[in-house]
Amino acid sequence: MARRWLAVVRTPLGLTTGLLVTAVLLLAVVAPILWSDRAEVVDTDQILAAPSGEHWAGTDSLGRDIFFRALVASRLSLELALVATVIGVAAGLLLGAAPLLLGRRLGRLVTAGVNIAVAFPGLLLALFFAVVFGVGATGAVLAIGLAGAPSFARLVHTLVAGVAALDYVSAARVAGVGRFRVLLRHVLPNIAEPLVVNATISAGGALLAFAGLSFLGLGVQAPAYDWGRLLFEGVGMIYVNPAAALAPGLAVLLAGLAFNLFGEVVAKGLGVTTVGGIRLPAATPARSGAERRSEAAKGEHLAMAPSDLVLDVRDLRVSFPGPAGPIRPVRGVTFSVRHGEALGVVGESGSGKSLTALAVARLIEEPGRVEASRMEFRGADLRDGASAHRHLLGTSMAMVFQDPMTSFNPTRRIGGQLAEVAFHHQGMTRKQALARAVERLDAVRVPDPAKRATQYPHEFSGGMRQRAMIGMGVMGTPSLIIADEPTTALDVTVQQQVLDLLQSIRDEDDVALVLISHDVTVVGEVCDRVLVMYAGRIVEDLPADRLDGGARHPYTRALVAAVPDMDTDLDQPLAVVPGRPVDPADVPSGCAFAARCPLADARCRAEDPPLEPAGDGSQVACWHAGEPLGLDGSTGVLVEVRTP
Amino acid sequence: MTTTASSVASTTSAREVSGAKPPTVGRVSALTTHRWVRFGVRRLGRLVTSLAVLVTASFLMIHLIPGDPVRGALGPTAPTALVEARRESLGLNDPLLVQYWDYLRGLFTGDLGTSLTSQLPVADVVSQRLPATLTLALLGFLVAVAIAVPLGVVMGVVTRRGRGRRTELAFTTTSVVVGTVPDFLIGVGLVYVFGVHLGWLPVAGNATPDAYVLPVVALALGPAVILARIIRVEMVAVLEADFVRTARAKRLPARTIYLGHALPNALTAGLTICGLLLGSLVAGTVLVENVFAWPGLGRTIVSSILSKDYPVVQAIVLVYGVGVLLANTAVDVVLALLDPRSMIAED
Amino acid sequence: MSDLVFDDVTVRYGTARRPFTAVDGVSLVVPEGQVVGLVGESGSGKSTLARAAVGLAPVHSGSILLDGRPLPRRGRERPLQMVFQDPFSSLDPRMTIGESITEALPRDLSRGERRAEVARLLALVHLDPDAARTLPGRLSGGQRQRVALARALAGRPQVVIADEITSALDVSIQGAVLNLVRELQRELGLSMLFISHNLAVVRYVANHVAVMYQGRIVEQGPVSEVLVDPRHDYTRELLAAVPGARTTTAVRAGAPDTPGTPAALVKPRSTS
Repeated sequence: MARRWLAVVRTPLGLTTGLLVTAVLLLAVVAPILWSDRAEVVDTDQILAAPSGEHWAGTDSLGRDIFFRALVASRLSLELALVATVIGVAAGLLLGAAPLLLGRRLGRLVTAGVNIAVAFPGLLLALFFAVVFGVGATGAVLAIGLAGAPSFARLVHTLVAGVAALDYVSAARVAGVGRFRVLLRHVLPNIAEPLVVNATISAGGALLAFAGLSFLGLGVQAPAYDWGRLLFEGVGMIYVNPAAALAPGLAVLLAGLAFNLFGEVVAKGLGVTTVGGIRLPAATPARSGAERRSEAAKGEHLAMAPSDLVLDVRDLRVSFPGPAGPIRPVRGVTFSVRHGEALGVVGESGSGKSLTALAVARLIEEPGRVEASRMEFRGADLRDGASAHRHLLGTSMAMVFQDPMTSFNPTRRIGGQLAEVAFHHQGMTRKQALARAVERLDAVRVPDPAKRATQYPHEFSGGMRQRAMIGMGVMGTPSLIIADEPTTALDVTVQQQVLDLLQSIRDEDDVALVLISHDVTVVGEVCDRVLVMYAGRIVEDLPADRLDGGARHPYTRALVAAVPDMDTDLDQPLAVVPGRPVDPADVPSGCAFAARCPLADARCRAEDPPLEPAGDGSQVACWHAGEPLGLDGSTGVLVEVRTP
Repeated sequence: MTTTASSVASTTSAREVSGAKPPTVGRVSALTTHRWVRFGVRRLGRLVTSLAVLVTASFLMIHLIPGDPVRGALGPTAPTALVEARRESLGLNDPLLVQYWDYLRGLFTGDLGTSLTSQLPVADVVSQRLPATLTLALLGFLVAVAIAVPLGVVMGVVTRRGRGRRTELAFTTTSVVVGTVPDFLIGVGLVYVFGVHLGWLPVAGNATPDAYVLPVVALALGPAVILARIIRVEMVAVLEADFVRTARAKRLPARTIYLGHALPNALTAGLTICGLLLGSLVAGTVLVENVFAWPGLGRTIVSSILSKDYPVVQAIVLVYGVGVLLANTAVDVVLALLDPRSMIAED
Repeated sequence: MSDLVFDDVTVRYGTARRPFTAVDGVSLVVPEGQVVGLVGESGSGKSTLARAAVGLAPVHSGSILLDGRPLPRRGRERPLQMVFQDPFSSLDPRMTIGESITEALPRDLSRGERRAEVARLLALVHLDPDAARTLPGRLSGGQRQRVALARALAGRPQVVIADEITSALDVSIQGAVLNLVRELQRELGLSMLFISHNLAVVRYVANHVAVMYQGRIVEQGPVSEVLVDPRHDYTRELLAAVPGARTTTAVRAGAPDTPGTPAALVKPRSTS
């Protein structure tokens, strides 16, 4: 944590604002000691003088030097702002953490109260409290402090609720850890950073708010003076000596900005550094293993006449700029899809399977880069870019994404979202397009399609949404459907229905399918042919029915043996692949799987094996393809079986 | 619930099967009209609760003040008889609940009491000053939105997916700086530049149309950049969303993707902030009015606080509060129209 | 007999006017030393049942008993422990592995005893005892899930509830965690309630299975019977939907490790 703060402070903006905050704090300490006399000496010869060499910002109605008054005022201004902040933060912490400690009913009451209070702007609350506590510095401190409490309480409440909902808090409670201890040990440490940052920002806010109250004459009263008070006095004579207003105005502005910006910079810095550089496009599964990215790859079937191919991809590469050079999640993938063929692509998170699909669909945006020596869809060269083949892709290539909830626009009706395709690509009027949408919803077996078309996505169940998504794909006359984990977010029984639907669409119109999944069993059931991807490459390309028992690559074999199915031998342990999947930002040289492979030798670690035909229509990329592998009977770890 | 299965189960060692219905495919959601009614009732309930809290707080304000508010207002030298007479006429000697009842009754009949200093009915004072403040706040809000939405959308599109890093940094820094400067400081700056230095525009009152320029700008500038920043962030986030990818997979024209799909979603999030901004804009008029000698409620409340004219202060606080609550409610309704989910998500 | 008994348990959320019944009169027994698999789809109430057992969800009616006694809700002694689905949120990112496990240990141990116990538990889940000093951020999902298992065991529970503990893991890692669950169960004789939406996974680790649908248990019994010869329509539908399940007859006859199937897995329902 300390290191991350340091990194933030080292950025130019962080350094500037950090220094500024330090300077303001320092000024507040030393200014009254050094210049109090000069700020308070009355000089009747110099009343309301304009700025001069002697008085840089001129003098006020008693002839006092405004420049030094502005410097000396820093202490009182800052003191008052900091005390107000402490009051606000303390009250906010108490109110915000109360629901966790008090339990449901009382907690709800507190939250409801905070929610009502937070709707009123801080200045209004401050005015209210200023009336109650009376005009003057003390009243204003209390007023600004308490006025800031509701919004801080809301922030604390949100943060606390966010952490309290996490499993580690549940785990601590299950382990018998008390509420107070949970708050101290688990919740507060994990929200400390945003709290400190926001407290800093509110200190800046309090400083400016205080200036506001003093400016209205409700804050500090003469003969004491803070920046706001000086401004109040200065504005009265702005036509005589503008500097009298501008000097304290500038001072409060600088100080307020310093705190505010410092907080913002730190907030931004901490938020960003946790991710580290540019994020890979939306689907990057930074956390949950439920992986979404994938890609398609495929061996060449030279026997195939090119015209029989729907999709032909050679040496596809995808890269993103990273903090330490480009990240290459897809590293040279070659495959093709025939008319009506169902091609499965399996792999774990980071294998590049989704990115391959997105690249083929030309849906990878800058700063991602897509390169290929060949990328043809029904004879059109996709390397020209998506816009060159807009209508072709819009009507002939259908995409189905993993999460049907987030893949529809939540603010628009389902019917309209389907109709758009026909309106833009098929030259239909909106009315015709809508009729087509209803007809297509019917075709994907959405009951009562006319009514469903007028509903919003959130009114659909998950399975229905995925049907509608497929319906959107068949608005045109697709020759290829790319389905990226189309059933991962669905329940098993619904999953089966969606897979059946895809199957029936294929049967009816001879549509090709690229099905991307992490689930070997799903792919094995639906597809004719399977590509297995690992670390951005195709490691094996084989007929689906050979997955179980006929695979040659040790990774494919491990993958099949690691997942129990309804036939798994209950006396044997499941296969264990040691280590973890490769991070696309750090792909080892040689075979990427070597570090986890029981068959690996020196050659594997040095030389990446090419994908080569292995007879019987399959291809494999392994120096030791097909060599015997065994399971350690007690641990399930894959071992090499030595043949004498 | 156990039916046929119980006899079967007894044949095996330990089986239990219940006769619950097999799963049905798909669920039909609640009727749309019901949802609107429920939303309306709930939102109205919240408004009424907040109003009740507000009214109670404004009533209690005078009682929370330490010491005798009348003595405070009239000063230590005022004769005791006068103080007592004034207390009596304000009803301060009645039991608290009776006073509360009178206060509520007064609110419903438009009687807000009498000013301690001018002896005019408070309702007259408020109704005379309210239009100037309302005009200022609404103009400020419109200007802020008119600047913020296009600026935010354009910046969002330009800086999506980590593009235009320099533009993003420049915009973010500028907007944070400008957004942090309180409206009264902007006001003082404007007065200096356009009033004192250049002499182009009037800096006090609302007598002429050009007198509106500086106060409205002072009021709108901060909220405008804050809102623009939020819309940019929302836009960038929305452009990363799955449904935008879907829209791109449909090969829709860029304009349709940005304005048809992304913008409504970015705006719904921006709207929530709009409610808060509108609220703070209403409150911001207090300071701006005092910079520009604007004859509105803001000037009146400050002078009333200083002269301890509590009935007036009470009434104006109430008016501001009601204004803020109505603004928030209006924003919620617009939000529900734009994004039907928000009606449900509130629960 | 330290059986975990759910007796007619109902869990309700929402307001009094619009209640939502997540768990509806569920009776279930987790017999000592056995693994009961609980299957069902999202929203079927299986996780809610688990959370009710450990006190994270309010029980509306019915009772949950261990050894015939209600489960303690206060104090340190917690004979029921739980392992959660998401290994990335189930460990406090600010606490070392050792601290997380120590927190769940009985209080009366000395400092040295605690350290030794943490090392023993880590070894038990096949992690290097030196891992105690690392923060969870440095561990993979599979390793974190091992730590979560070790923490659950630290409380010396009589029953462990595992809630979808492999569904957030990469496929090549899942096998290792499932192996570990089976190994721990065999070696320590743990009782477990193993929740999963994946029938094949439940088949692999559990002796008994209960199928949950819309808040109720629609069928339960030994794995070898329920999955081979399902009686309830919903169970049949679930089985038919298992990918790759061309036929359900593929399930092997004779479940392996069921020496002495307990007499009464199902508590007889009082009403029917």
